[in-house]
Amino acid sequence: MAVVEYQAPQSLEDALSILKKTDIKSRVMAGGTDLIIQTKSQTAEPVRVVDLKHIDGMMGYTLDDSGLSLGPAMSCAEFTEAADIKAVYPGLVEAAYLIGSTQVQGRASVGGNLCNASPAADTIPALIANSAQCIIQGSQGERTVAVEDFVNGVGQNCMADDEILKRITIAKPVTGTSDAYLRFIPRTEMDIAVAGAGVSVTLDASGVCTAARVAIGAVAVTAILVPDAAAALVGTSLDESALAAAAAAASAAAKPITDRRGTAEYRTHVVGVLVKRAAKIAADRVKGA
Amino acid sequence: MSEAKEYKYIGQRTIRPDGYDKVTGKANYAADLTLPGMIWGKILRSPHAHAKIIKLDTTKAEALNGVMAAATFADFPSVSNEAIQSGEGATDALDLGRNILARDKVLYHGHAVAAIAAKTEAIAERALALIEVEYEVLPPVMDVRDAMKADAPLLHEDLFTQGSAEQPEKPSNIAARHEFKMGDVEAGFAEADMIVERDYYSPTVHQGYIEPHACTVNYNKDGQSMIWCSTQGHFDVRASTAKLLAMPLGNLKVVASEIGGGFGGKTTLYLEPVALILSRKSGRPVKMEMGRDEVFRASGPGSAARLTVKVGAKKDGTITAMKSTMAFEAGAFKGSPVMMGCMTSFTPYNCPNVYCEGFDVVVNKPKVAAYRAPGAPQAEYAAEMAVSELADKLGIDQIDIRIKNAAKEGTQTIYGPKLKAVGLVECLEAARNSPHYQSALKAGEGRGIASGFWFNVGGQSSVTINMNPDGTGTIVEGSPDIGGSRASMQMMASEELGIPLNDLKPIIGDTESVPYSQSTGGSRTTFATGMAVIEAAQDVVRQLKERAASLWNVTPEQVEWQDGVAINTAGEDKMTCAQICAKNDKTGGQITGTGNVNARGAAPSFAVHLCDTYVDQETGKVDVVRYTAIQDAGKAIHPGYVEGQYQGGAVQGIGWALNEEYIYSKDGVMENAGFLDYRIPLASDLPMIDTIIVEVPNPFHPYGVRGVGESGIIPPLAAVGYSVGNAIGANVTDLPCSPPRVLKLIQGKN
Amino acid sequence: MTKIHVTTSINGDETEFLCEPHDTLLEVLRNELGLTGTKEGCGSGDCGACSVTLNGRLVCSCLVLGAEAAGAEVGTIEGVGDADKLNVIQEKFLEHAALQCGICTPGLIVSAQALLAENQNPTEEEVRYYLAGNLCRCTGYDKIIRAVMDSAETMRGEA
Repeated sequence: MAVVEYQAPQSLEDALSILKKTDIKSRVMAGGTDLIIQTKSQTAEPVRVVDLKHIDGMMGYTLDDSGLSLGPAMSCAEFTEAADIKAVYPGLVEAAYLIGSTQVQGRASVGGNLCNASPAADTIPALIANSAQCIIQGSQGERTVAVEDFVNGVGQNCMADDEILKRITIAKPVTGTSDAYLRFIPRTEMDIAVAGAGVSVTLDASGVCTAARVAIGAVAVTAILVPDAAAALVGTSLDESALAAAAAAASAAAKPITDRRGTAEYRTHVVGVLVKRAAKIAADRVKGA
Repeated sequence: MSEAKEYKYIGQRTIRPDGYDKVTGKANYAADLTLPGMIWGKILRSPHAHAKIIKLDTTKAEALNGVMAAATFADFPSVSNEAIQSGEGATDALDLGRNILARDKVLYHGHAVAAIAAKTEAIAERALALIEVEYEVLPPVMDVRDAMKADAPLLHEDLFTQGSAEQPEKPSNIAARHEFKMGDVEAGFAEADMIVERDYYSPTVHQGYIEPHACTVNYNKDGQSMIWCSTQGHFDVRASTAKLLAMPLGNLKVVASEIGGGFGGKTTLYLEPVALILSRKSGRPVKMEMGRDEVFRASGPGSAARLTVKVGAKKDGTITAMKSTMAFEAGAFKGSPVMMGCMTSFTPYNCPNVYCEGFDVVVNKPKVAAYRAPGAPQAEYAAEMAVSELADKLGIDQIDIRIKNAAKEGTQTIYGPKLKAVGLVECLEAARNSPHYQSALKAGEGRGIASGFWFNVGGQSSVTINMNPDGTGTIVEGSPDIGGSRASMQMMASEELGIPLNDLKPIIGDTESVPYSQSTGGSRTTFATGMAVIEAAQDVVRQLKERAASLWNVTPEQVEWQDGVAINTAGEDKMTCAQICAKNDKTGGQITGTGNVNARGAAPSFAVHLCDTYVDQETGKVDVVRYTAIQDAGKAIHPGYVEGQYQGGAVQGIGWALNEEYIYSKDGVMENAGFLDYRIPLASDLPMIDTIIVEVPNPFHPYGVRGVGESGIIPPLAAVGYSVGNAIGANVTDLPCSPPRVLKLIQGKN
Repeated sequence: MTKIHVTTSINGDETEFLCEPHDTLLEVLRNELGLTGTKEGCGSGDCGACSVTLNGRLVCSCLVLGAEAAGAEVGTIEGVGDADKLNVIQEKFLEHAALQCGICTPGLIVSAQALLAENQNPTEEEVRYYLAGNLCRCTGYDKIIRAVMDSAETMRGEA
């Protein structure tokens, strides 16, 4: 893509009417940390960038008894500084915190990470583990899509060219619930995930798991929800054999490729290790809290 | 010449004289110069790893509005095979020209094919897409073993193996064979009680300097030209460019900008001759910058290497034989540092029976350039891994076996001379006594120790010190400053003159302002340019004494110079440098001191590194938990910058050992041409790098200096590699120790 | 393509420039405004040599469009320290020999300043992780970390 026009609408309606134009392609932009890299070529298809950051509601959040309602373009830096969000969804916050460097954090957003739909996106397994909902606004009106159904291909999401993700909502978790996100990279920062795991667990007073959601990333075309891995945890006290069974289920569900970031067998193995470890961290958070 | 004495400046941690500009963003690097009327140059690069160029037509591109010139190989006047001085060795002019712009073949993905200059970068980029090129695609050769096969596709029909026993009849991808030997290795192995023989692999890696190549050039209609670029050797840039463009040397001024890292990779050139052609044709100054992916794809990485090492020792640890056979990838044109690999492999050892054989092999990758002690990291990695394994098998401590067999003063080297005074034993003993070595490993951790040797070079440097009427002065030298060497020049001159540090300002002159100096590399700057600085400063002192003598009406022999002051021994008078200089116009004119050396007596710097790693056995991830770099500096002029060389070399070596490698598709396209997937160490990946400066003075330098810039990158490969193997109980052979490889070794054991 | 007219504030100075829609803030700073202290090392947000602050947030200027600077406050290396004095971080970098070639230094100083503005007492680990996006190839980071920790100590008045 080559950027030939820049617009910064002040309202969602203005943004949507720009997207309806058919002269050249439009791309919405939040933090821009993926989009700007994709627009480096002068000889590629001309594109109009529509900056969403000046629109009310795209940048802030509310957190109350109904849960979290998140502006998709809010920077990860601000998102991860919100102690109240971290107290309720520590795994989602740690996933958002892993995106890039401090500099990238200053711009990148949870919504942008989701919409960019990289198979290795860090926020998506954590969003899935938390049963996030995507509120989409188009010219036909508003619709809601479960986050595990939002991404439908490599770099592809379910929105039409004239739709915008306007809000991400996550219901308040029931008591005794916490989450965790782990990713594997060869260094300590900066790398794209070789494998990722987002886990949410609910424990009863005696430490038995009554509910769980396990999602894995970077090991398939999209992040995937693994019901079998969750099932392996439910009804157990997350002992070694339950964790091992969850890990095995995650590895079995993985359909990774071999590329410059890892081999298929390596990813298959490591995603299981991550699920085990993330489940334990989530459980420890419940008990510690 | 130098005994342990109290120096006024030498050995202090002074503030570098160019520091203010560096911490304020004022220092000007290669891409920071803009000239009036400047236009932008861009390069069209080959989409194929190996192909013949059937047709190349820039007409349509040149017709685009805003395009002002185009360049191809045809714009080089006929280039022959003569050697041009480049970096640490001679470069074939034809090879250099064909690498800068392809002639009849493209030999790597990203190989420059043509260039365009236009009024904006955007127009230049669009124009590239209008250049018409027709290729006949050929199968690429991407691995040294494939390249050496008899039926391998050939990169060059005119390349015949140098150094083979019989005169070769057919061309080959093997450009050269080298052989070095001492004693009788087979007899030595027969004496051995324990032998280790293994194959090792080190991948293609990049120096990773953060500043991409860039230049701004101007070609005047009268033939006078100027190149502004970051380079380790601006005289080499002048020589190579003048040769390729058939220009007299005197018509070409090269100004060395500040340089954002070189490590050997900026001892050659890529953009400057092309930019000059575009400037000549357009009548405008031209700026060219490489993007980061171009740096990876089309500058000069370090050679990949395959080695087989065999070492043997008696039960008591006496090493009886050492042998290494190695093949280095040169990239698209001949000239890998395999010969230096042969010369350095076993030099830390006093073993009478040594044999090294090395092959220089072309493959369809970018032509390699020097990378910090070129050839030694790969060669000594394999040697040190084998020696470490030998020690473990014999139940001998890693440091003990190295001390027992250590090279010392008088040890015969495989490449000819006997070593003079060296500090390997001192480094090994410092390692043994270090808090690091004394500390116990924790569960899951492993430890590695390795030695490193690099010759260091001397060579030509020229310096003038121009004194001002107020007693301050300028040190004009010709060694581009890649690491803070100006500070040491200032210190050495101030030490000789005895005047305050900040009264002397070191600058790097352009090729028209300073006499010839060899490039910055080979760890030569503090040593050789330092010697020239000292000589120039002593010349200034001699002249100051003469002027004082004439003012006092005594002979120069009656004047002493102490702490920046002339003392009349025949009377009571004293005169400061400033007081003398204030009268220079009356006593014979302003004072200039010169130093001109072709420095001999460069002394090797031995290094010993210790590394502890922790390995996550479920994922194969390696963390460096503790690291100590010990090295002999002879005399550390500025300890802070000497430590910096140790630490920087160590971390480059850590990256090489853990995660750095060029990853290629089967079509020969590099898949990780960026800092995202070419993984150099981050601040968060590392602990502090502890350093120990050992000082065994070099008797051939006035202050005892040994070059230190290069040796530090050699030990980390084996220190890390062996540490990982030690942690998991398996033999590491292939670098890098990336998590998938380490996990495979772990799983292979179970 | 029509150029965009942008009004912004750079190091406290109100500034106007024209840029193409595709120009990044890095390109504008260097090519339009002559502020070459901010460096390009990779153009893709992986090295941090182009670090600036945007409305007080540390960002890579190669990942911000010039047009996005409209109405914002941009802080570059040229704005660090006073006209006649280096600031503590700059002094400590020189004192600790925390630079060799110096190309990463402007980005590192801007980043270190942003760190110390939000955390006056970082641990070594916090410093290393905050600066993970600033690549240095010369120093191995050791002296850089020491310089930043020492700066923090000095700024807290504990030195």
